[in-house]
Amino acid sequence: MNPPRHQADLPRVREQLLTWIARQATEEAMQWLRTRHAEIAGGAPASKCFLAFSGAPRRIPKETLVLGKADLQEADALRPGWNPSAWSVDEAARALLILSFPAADENAYVGMVEQVFSTADVRESAALYRMLPLYPFSERFRARAAEGIRSNMTSVFQAVAHRNPYPSEYFDEDAWNQMVLKALFTDSVLYKVSGLDARVNAPLARMLVDYAHERWAAGRTVSPELWRPVGPFATEGYLDDLERALTSDKEAEQEAAALALADANAPAAAELLAGFPALKQRIESGALNWESFSRNRIRGSA
Amino acid sequence: MPTRPSLFIDPHVHMISRTTDDYDAMRAAGVVAVIEPAFWLGQPRTTIGAFKDYFSMIVGWERFRAGQFGVRHYCTIGLNSKEANNEPLAEEVMELLPLYAAKEGVVAIGEIGYDDMTPSEDKYFRLQLELAKELDMLVLIHTPHRNKKEGTSRSMDACDDIGLAPDRVIVDHNNEETVQEVLDRGYWAAFTIYPFTKMGNERMVEIVREYGVERIFIDSAADWGISDPLAVPKTARLMAERGIAEDVIRTVTYDNALKAYGQSGQFSEKDWLEPAPIDQRDLYGGNSVLRGGQTPVVKEKGLIIE
Repeated sequence: MNPPRHQADLPRVREQLLTWIARQATEEAMQWLRTRHAEIAGGAPASKCFLAFSGAPRRIPKETLVLGKADLQEADALRPGWNPSAWSVDEAARALLILSFPAADENAYVGMVEQVFSTADVRESAALYRMLPLYPFSERFRARAAEGIRSNMTSVFQAVAHRNPYPSEYFDEDAWNQMVLKALFTDSVLYKVSGLDARVNAPLARMLVDYAHERWAAGRTVSPELWRPVGPFATEGYLDDLERALTSDKEAEQEAAALALADANAPAAAELLAGFPALKQRIESGALNWESFSRNRIRGSA
Repeated sequence: MPTRPSLFIDPHVHMISRTTDDYDAMRAAGVVAVIEPAFWLGQPRTTIGAFKDYFSMIVGWERFRAGQFGVRHYCTIGLNSKEANNEPLAEEVMELLPLYAAKEGVVAIGEIGYDDMTPSEDKYFRLQLELAKELDMLVLIHTPHRNKKEGTSRSMDACDDIGLAPDRVIVDHNNEETVQEVLDRGYWAAFTIYPFTKMGNERMVEIVREYGVERIFIDSAADWGISDPLAVPKTARLMAERGIAEDVIRTVTYDNALKAYGQSGQFSEKDWLEPAPIDQRDLYGGNSVLRGGQTPVVKEKGLIIE
């Protein structure tokens, strides 16, 4: 598979980041940031970039970046799929600094970013992974992104897995499937995984159903979101499992199983769903879909 | 208003050597914040990569791990005196330090100082004091096990030479022989309650009686040796049993460490009493220290550390 090349419009991304940060940072902090930005862009030694990157939260607030609908549309226009809705202000500043580093020499740029990654603390790591869709030479960071998925630090894992278009664009099937499974394994929600529905695949469905069996055998529960990637592959073999969820005493499980069945192509799936007319009707009327399900049943979880 | 349970800071403890049981017990006993000074690992490192991974670990994984138990984790960054004797490696470590020194939660350059008081140790100690001055950072000094009195004096002489303000330098591992000079010269005097080789906590009770509380605080320096991560709360309880006033105990087990390291701008009571939502999410396991009326208890039976 040849992944699409999604190159961010970097000069405009930098301008946009500065605009957003300025709404929440003091004028003094902005002066500091603009000066560092100019120094780094002007070819200052990498150590300048490292110190500014680490020191950013000493000046720039750590609160969440407040973005309106228009801002998010602008982000998506500058880099398709870029969704900074969960970024903090200092993360935006850190992104600006790293994206200010001259990118004329590909190896020098990638080497600089790798060095920052390899010495990063917890919040720095999260910031660097959230920036994945913005780096120049973004295809060079595939192994690094997969490394983020291996992290045991929840916030670092979620920086790659949530609201980040990079995995769905650049991960091969194995890495992608591992990420989705690990999200469930770490109690991270699936609806925030960018491109989830577009990259469902049969081996993933198999892995998720196996995982459900393993959990059930141990007397544990699974997140109802597990059924979302299973739906399009819900053929005979999975119908017993979906029936089990459909007849659960938890409404969230019933709804998720019904939605999965509605996504399936097999006639047997349609037949099973027909046995639950109330759920079927809500799906057909549009009252129940994955979006409303996420909003009503999952939101509020990490 | 209900009174707040006793909270403790352990401003010197090497948590990478400790287990989750230790974190559990520390939190249950009221320890809310710890500082992990960069030190050696019991055997010398032979490559720069080992230093890099160590520094990354104490600003990364260990900080996250502590958060899972409701303990806030900070650190100091520096080249320890023992490993300063490997000059080629020491040179490389000096280049690495600026990459870590400015990170969040790095409260000082340390623990640095003397071990055998060799020329190499002196060289890298002074270079790091210069770095602290340049970056406007605090310093944590490790005073030597052997020839401690002279080593302590020489450490402060070096700080004076470089022009560091004494109240921005913490001199650690004090004992009855060193405390007077450290206090007289205006430095912070930390005491390590560590069985056999450093202070016992009964001796510590007497130190507080004799020298009062100004610029004095205690820590455990618990690590991979025979040591006790509950040394701070246990000593507080022993002090209470021996009639030391509550405010005195609080000063040497919480307030003074907060005052000393708070000067870094990286160590604030708010971090554990009212964590910002983003910190709570990333670093604190979603917990707040004062949740659900927990009563701090020292789980283990023995109170005396010999």
